[in-house]
Amino acid sequence: MTSARAVSLVARREFVTKVRTRSFLIGTAVIIAVLAGYVVLQSVLFDDQQRSVVGLSGQATQLADPLRQKAKSFGIEVETRDVTTVENAEQQVRDGSLDALVTGAPPALKMIVKGSGDEVLTTALNDVLRQQVLVAQLAEAGITPQQVAQNLANVSVAVTALEPVDPQRGQRLAIGLIVAALLYYSLLVYGTMVAQGVVEEKSSRVVEILLATVRPWQLLLGKVIGLGAVGLLQLLVISTIGLGLSSAFDVIDVGALGGTALLTGVLWYLLGFFLYATVFAAAASLVSRQEELQSVLTPISMTIIVAFVAGINLMIGSPSGPTVTVLSLLPPFAPILMPGRMAMGVATTWQVVLAIVLALAAIAAITWLGGKVYANAVLRTGARVKLREALRT
Amino acid sequence: MPEGVLEIDRISKRYGEVVALQNMSFDVRAGELFGFVGSNGAGKTTTMRIALGVLAADSGEVRWNGRAVDLDTRRRIGYMPEERGLYPRMRVLDQLVYLAELHGMSTNSAHTSAENWIARLGLRDRRTDEVQRLSLGNQQRVQLAAALVHEPDVLVLDEPFSGLDPVAVDVMSHVLREKASSGVPVVFSSHQLDLVERLCDRVGIVSAGSMVASGTVDELRSGGVPRLVVESPTTDWTATLDGVRVIEKNGTRCVLELASGVDDQAVLHAALAAGPVHEFSRQRPTLTELFRNVVTTEARST
Repeated sequence: MTSARAVSLVARREFVTKVRTRSFLIGTAVIIAVLAGYVVLQSVLFDDQQRSVVGLSGQATQLADPLRQKAKSFGIEVETRDVTTVENAEQQVRDGSLDALVTGAPPALKMIVKGSGDEVLTTALNDVLRQQVLVAQLAEAGITPQQVAQNLANVSVAVTALEPVDPQRGQRLAIGLIVAALLYYSLLVYGTMVAQGVVEEKSSRVVEILLATVRPWQLLLGKVIGLGAVGLLQLLVISTIGLGLSSAFDVIDVGALGGTALLTGVLWYLLGFFLYATVFAAAASLVSRQEELQSVLTPISMTIIVAFVAGINLMIGSPSGPTVTVLSLLPPFAPILMPGRMAMGVATTWQVVLAIVLALAAIAAITWLGGKVYANAVLRTGARVKLREALRT
Repeated sequence: MPEGVLEIDRISKRYGEVVALQNMSFDVRAGELFGFVGSNGAGKTTTMRIALGVLAADSGEVRWNGRAVDLDTRRRIGYMPEERGLYPRMRVLDQLVYLAELHGMSTNSAHTSAENWIARLGLRDRRTDEVQRLSLGNQQRVQLAAALVHEPDVLVLDEPFSGLDPVAVDVMSHVLREKASSGVPVVFSSHQLDLVERLCDRVGIVSAGSMVASGTVDELRSGGVPRLVVESPTTDWTATLDGVRVIEKNGTRCVLELASGVDDQAVLHAALAAGPVHEFSRQRPTLTELFRNVVTTEARST
């Protein structure tokens, strides 16, 4: 039997067994549900934020059209409602069905809001009010207001941007964060799964039968490939559905941005998984029972968690700052930070290439070292095997 | 038909200061059932693990058909480890098919063979159950099937009878006997010496990491210090004989141990001279007694 056949048999078993489990199906469904909920919530909040409902009473009702137009030029949407009784309207402001209530006659307008008024709305209203006053005074002075308005409209400052802001910056950041979060989740969950699988074989003693017919590295590699494929499958299902939902709800303009992010995500998932899975497996081979697993996995999980938490904060703050740039090049952090930075469009080509080369080198070293620890420790049951002993023999 | 000899040749293994095996040697021939007995910690499991390549020996060699065993020949061995091991959450059939494939069978023959052993070991109703849902006895049957499913050329079984009910013991004995008669060398360890005595063609007794006695049960039993069982009213007459020692006395029955060169006929005459003799026979030690003897002598000498 060839090594390839042995590895593929082990990988197939891991894949089929895991995909069939209820926990995998439920886990995937829960993530998709959370994702869908988030997308829907986001789109609702987005809609809500953009539309303010303003009640106008008495003479203020004549401001409805100019207010709507002014607000639109400020990028917000205002829906106006004529109200008859101020008391009722005040109650509506209190319970939130009106965002603001405008009473009185120009120029002495009053605005009633619940907490703090929307600044943009206030500015829009002020502008409308000033314009009204201006028009009235121009008319008094005998100048045609329309002419003045036209002249004013043609005047604007010519802006030259030295560092143009990417109009898609927000979307890029969002995609970067989502990619980082998905990779963080996949590495942690599937790395732990590899570890649990190793301990399951060790504690059930089936490993002794297996190692009488396959070599330790074949068993280890098969396990990593099999579970890695399960993780990849889940990642693809989640991303595809996520991208589909986002474009359906118009939360993110998917297009090329999403597709590239998906490819980057898959590449870095593979690099990250091979880097971490062997470490997880080697650590797990040191213990014999699931209860002891947590203690050996904590340092590895912590590295991933720190990479994610610190990385996310740095990325939001300054994605091209020196700290995050250096971290995103280093193998332990690169699988989470680099795809995030790539999705944000701040990683230069040489950085990406360097990070990939470093990751590949680290994978080679870790696989060699981890394979050695695994082979030496996996048959030793009972007390926890010391790392130094596992490396020596 | 597989033919050949499994040779364990002067294997030694130390764990730090502890000597686990010292020049352990024996061979198991085609068609032979070889019983491997010894007290706990004598080195039986270590020997089997080394034969399967699960452990590495410090020195010595395991050979199959005259050639050192490598991974490819090892795949042709059926192994039941002392500590039973199967995937607890895998179905019986899937598990056996998987193990058969790992031992080099094609998927189709793996299925055929797995179904065959499931049927033969009476597991048909349980074939799609997870192993962890099976009774202990049925788990043992699956374990046996796991050792047999790839139709091995050699069988190495560590304590295959422990924890089996009498019916399962019969099934196991039958299967092992059958495998042996089809030309497969079978070696198994056991603490149930009566079973070993009944079942095995040859027996090896291990103590402190070495083979201290091996041969057919008859050979082993006829060796050792000759003993006589004599039933006569008194034993006073033995005192007058040189080289005769009473080692057991039970009413009118006694067991005598003769030093080498003592003529049993002289003993009979002396007994008859003292009174009537109702029974006079040579006592052949049982395997249990031999075992006890070997182990205690070893313990005394070390």
